Amino acid sequence: MKHTNSQADRQIADGKHHPLEPYLRMDRIPHIWCSTCGLGTCLNSFLTAVRNSAIPRENIAVVSGIGCTGRTAGYVNLDSFHTTHGRAIPFATGLKLANPELTVVVISGDGDLVAIGGNHFIHAARRNMDINIICVNNFNYAMTGGQFGPTTPETARTTTAPYGSFEHPFNLPFLADSCGATYVARWTALHVRHLTASIGEALERRGFSFIEVISPCPTVYARRNRLGTGLDLLQFYHDNSVIKNGIDTRECDIRFQEQLIIGKFVDEEKTTFHDTMTGYLKDAVGEKYVPYVGPMEMPGNGD
Amino acid sequence: MKFWRKPLDSDQIELPHGRVHIIINRCKGCGFCIKYCPCQVLEFAEEFNRKGYHPPIAVKPEACVNCGLCEVMCPEFAIWVTEDGNRGQSDGDEEVTNESGR
Repeated sequence: MKHTNSQADRQIADGKHHPLEPYLRMDRIPHIWCSTCGLGTCLNSFLTAVRNSAIPRENIAVVSGIGCTGRTAGYVNLDSFHTTHGRAIPFATGLKLANPELTVVVISGDGDLVAIGGNHFIHAARRNMDINIICVNNFNYAMTGGQFGPTTPETARTTTAPYGSFEHPFNLPFLADSCGATYVARWTALHVRHLTASIGEALERRGFSFIEVISPCPTVYARRNRLGTGLDLLQFYHDNSVIKNGIDTRECDIRFQEQLIIGKFVDEEKTTFHDTMTGYLKDAVGEKYVPYVGPMEMPGNGD
Repeated sequence: MKFWRKPLDSDQIELPHGRVHIIINRCKGCGFCIKYCPCQVLEFAEEFNRKGYHPPIAVKPEACVNCGLCEVMCPEFAIWVTEDGNRGQSDGDEEVTNESGR
């Protein structure tokens, strides 16, 4: 039985339940995320965007990897996939290829997507796979105890960098942009309205979209660097964020506790992997080529 | 509501009014809703909830303009607002849902 999003909303009209409860697996709430962590806010923004979008719920699939952010797939009441470490994008690619009608969203952390899964990330962007990536960046591997990773800013202290990290970190929007992503944005856990609108935009459009969300990690990253709680970090984002839409992504490096450049950096149209494949093979193979359109439309299915 | 400069048509525009709903025992006391409420409706409560956190309490419920920022910022899905049509008859009590368990 198909439910539209507005039908789901009507079920909770009694005022005793949160309007997003139909989108959550309530038997798993409360979630494990710490008090003042930004992940709950990111999930809230994503689910609000899903609720506001016209895409039916059964056409959205959420894929996540391992880590604090990786828990997201277990909390959403949508088709979801909790995959092995770093491999969220390959699973999402497979889902999208098998059923091109799905809107596939990968919600995972920086450690999962650009550290162990970095190779998958650049190749999905290169192919312009029609998937949406929401990368929650908290600058460290939070779940395993706060080790430094490829996004830890220089001089930031972590469990495994007690004198401060001395590596050059990734500039994620630049990485995504240079690999061919067609939609690149960066917001923080404070900019919930922008973030919700951006996720909604990404859900509606075709092509590889990448949204980086800067999120506070009060338990390890902020504690090691004596930055206070997540609430203090939100205040830091409030005071030091500058929205520069359409800026060259090379200019949005993140330095430790310095100005954060946020906004929508890239929004362009490019043929997706599926369209390129179908178009190219139709020319190359000719009459014999039967384009794959999805599991329900194949002969013998859906009887 | 305080304006930096009074809008010219402010006497014709009716401010929306919202009613705050809080599930006290789901709150983890992060304070996002309290700090970023544009109308300063919320404060930390004196008492603890079942988890041992101070949940928010609506101290100025009549000031709520149903913007929904608390609803979208709350990491725990513990607070939301609904449109409150009868502003004049508001008795000043916020609606607090005491959901058992979670």
